[in-house]
This record gives sequence, C-alpha cells and structure tokens, in this order.
Amino acid sequence: MSYLSDVAALARKDLRLELRARDTLPAMLLFVLSTLVVFHFALPTGADEVAAQGLLWVALVFTALLGLARAWAPEREGGALEGLVLAPSDRSAIWLGKSAAVFVFLALIELVALPAFALFFSPLQAEAVLGVLLANIGICAVGTLLAAMAAASRTRELILPLLFLPLAIPLVVGGVGSSVSTDPGRYLLFLGLYDAVFAILCWASFEYVVSE
Amino acid sequence: MSTSSPNSRVSLVSVPALAALSAALVGLAIVLAFWVAPEDADQGISQKIFYFHVPIALTAYACFGWGAWKALRLLWKGGERYDLESYVAIHQGTIFGALTLATGSIWAKASWGHWWVWDSNQLVLFLVLFLFYSAYFMLRFSIEEGPRRANVSAVYALFGVALIPVSFLAIRLAEDFIHPTTFTRDGPQMTGTMFFAFCVCWLAITLVAYTLYRVELIGKRLDANLRELREILTA
Repeated sequence: MSYLSDVAALARKDLRLELRARDTLPAMLLFVLSTLVVFHFALPTGADEVAAQGLLWVALVFTALLGLARAWAPEREGGALEGLVLAPSDRSAIWLGKSAAVFVFLALIELVALPAFALFFSPLQAEAVLGVLLANIGICAVGTLLAAMAAASRTRELILPLLFLPLAIPLVVGGVGSSVSTDPGRYLLFLGLYDAVFAILCWASFEYVVSE
Repeated sequence: MSTSSPNSRVSLVSVPALAALSAALVGLAIVLAFWVAPEDADQGISQKIFYFHVPIALTAYACFGWGAWKALRLLWKGGERYDLESYVAIHQGTIFGALTLATGSIWAKASWGHWWVWDSNQLVLFLVLFLFYSAYFMLRFSIEEGPRRANVSAVYALFGVALIPVSFLAIRLAEDFIHPTTFTRDGPQMTGTMFFAFCVCWLAITLVAYTLYRVELIGKRLDANLRELREILTA
C-alpha cells in the first residue's frame, strides 16, 4: 500500500503545482486547438473525412510532446530530482506518479480536443475514443521515461521528439486503425499490448535512468 | 579503472585472422551469388541483390540484439566495458541498417520502378529503426560521459529490441487501412544452390560485421586508455 500512496502523493504534487502555476495545461490546450484550425486549411476540399481522422492523431501526439517536454521541468528547476531519488521509496514510484499526472493532463486536454474535433470535422466513434484512452497510457508511460532521459542530456527539449516519435509510430498505427478501420478490435488489442510491454519495460528500467 | 585494457582479455581469434577470413568469405559469396547460383526466372539479374540485402538486414538485427544484450548485462551486473560494447554493436547495426535501406531502395527501383515503396514492410521497419537508433547517438553524445550516460544508453538500447517486434506488428496492421498490398515479396522459391549461396553470403556479412565490431572496439578502447594516460600525465 505504501508504494501506491507514494505514487499518489507524487501525482498529487504535480497536479497541485499545475493548478497553482497553470503554465502547461493552457499551453497544451491552445496548441491542440490551433493545430485543429491549421488542419482545416491543410485539408483541401475533396480530402475525405478519413484523412482528418488520421490528422487528429498527429495533433494528439504533438500536444503530448509539448506536455512531456515540460514534465520534469519543476524537478529540474528546483533541483528536486536528487531528493526524490534519495527518498526512501521505490524509484519506479517516481515514474508512475509522473506518468499518472501526465495522463491526467492529457485526458483533460482531450476532453476539449475531441469534442472540438467532432465539431470541426467529423464525429468520432466510441472505438476511437477508447483508442485515444489506450494510446494515452502508452504515450505517458514511454514519454515520461524518455523525458527523464532527455532531462539528463544537454539538449533536453530538442532531443525529446527525436526519441519519442519513432516509439510513438506503433501508437499512431493503433490509434488511426481504431478510428478508421471496420474492425477496430484488433487495433485496440494492439494498443493494449503496446501499453503492457512498454509499461513493464519503463517500470523496470526507470531506476537506471535517474540513478548514477 | 583500466579494466578495459585491450590486452587484458584473451580473444579466440585475432583480428587480422578474422579480417582475412571474412575477406575470403565475401569473395566466395560474390562468386557463389553471381556465377554459381542460377538466375531468377522472374526478376533476372536484379534478384542478385537479394543475396546481399537480406543478409545485411539480418546482420543489422543481430547487431541491435547484441547491443541490447550487452546493455542488459551492463544494467544487471555493471561494468564499463559493456557500455562500450553495446555502443559499438549499435553503431555497427545502424551502419548495416543504413546499408539495408540503400540496397532495399535499389532493389525496389529495379523490380518495381520506384526508389521507395511503402509496400515493403521490412523496408519501412528499417526506416523506423534507423530513426530510432539515430536518436540513440544524439542522446548518447548529449549526456556527459559517466555511469549516467551508460545507464541511459543501455535503457534506450533495450527499448530498441522491444520496438522491433512491436513496430513490425504495427506495420503489418497498418497495411489494412493504408492500402492493400499490391506486391508480395514472400517466398522466393529458392533452389538448393541458391539457398547455399544465400547461406554463404549471410555468414560472410555476419563475419564482416563481427570483424568491424572488433576493430572498432579496439580503436575505442585504445582511445579511452590514451585519454586516461594523458589525464594521469597532466594531473
């Protein structure tokens, strides 16, 4: 139980920080809405609705990147990561707490972005929404770990998209498949598989990313 | 500190012997592929690139796997030498991955008339892997040398081997909604001599990769030792 309460405390800390500073969420929200408007002009008349469904995933992945780039900023700026690493708790709890907080951010953004997409372009199927949820898990799990790697490097925000995008390609495949395919079940299953594989891998390896 | 001295480990085969052996095998492979194996009935001479493209691709996978294995050893047991070995294996894998993309592209041009086709799953997978492992170098060289860099590189290398099957599955799944496959490249019905030539080519390319791996490792270790000596002298 203490592991889970550590995780909850860490996630709560991130949410509270965001509630007070309000610097990441509004930026992500504005970004995703602007992107949707850009898509309107990027899709000429005659481009079918399916193309828009695919572009939605581009918007979601890039918005997530924007949030992930800031994910470890509070710890880095406050020099708090060393303290967290030295705290008497399992180090993977740091990753899980951060992933949970990023997940909440992303879900909040999508609460606005998906209805906006439906309004601007075409309505979404229930399977597509489920696909977004499943993909969120993968994005947060992998993205949080990669962001911690990027935070250790000199180039930081510059390198995160390079690390993240190749790993996000399977998520985009699963997500787009669940939105446009006539048989979305397979894609949802694939997203679940991705989440399981990479969540376990991140959970097991996070310790090495933050410790010397 | 200097556990990674080039002379401290006894290797089974010396590098010059390895180089000579791989050169001889590559020669034999070329002879077998071009003069002994019969020409493919459909594709003609352009099919010959198969004898090099596929072994290069398999070797790239082997290098990535080897790099991940060394990374796992590093995380499991610790030890500086695994970091360097993992890095060198991935470096070789990336070189062979780039060669796979180049030879695949030439083959695509010869048999389908385009330099790039999204229909070939293997080629798309290599593009993804190439991007992924290129980022490995960006990451590695933007972190200060030390245990942190070794750990981060090792974790990233492990992600690579998880990404290979997952991406492969994803690309297969994506075929359904991107477009139906118009070309299939499966089942090159190989005769006995073709298969033999293929195996020799595969062995030759793998040996070349291993030789290059050893050579690069020696160079990198010498480099590290030299730097260490220089630090001692200036200190």
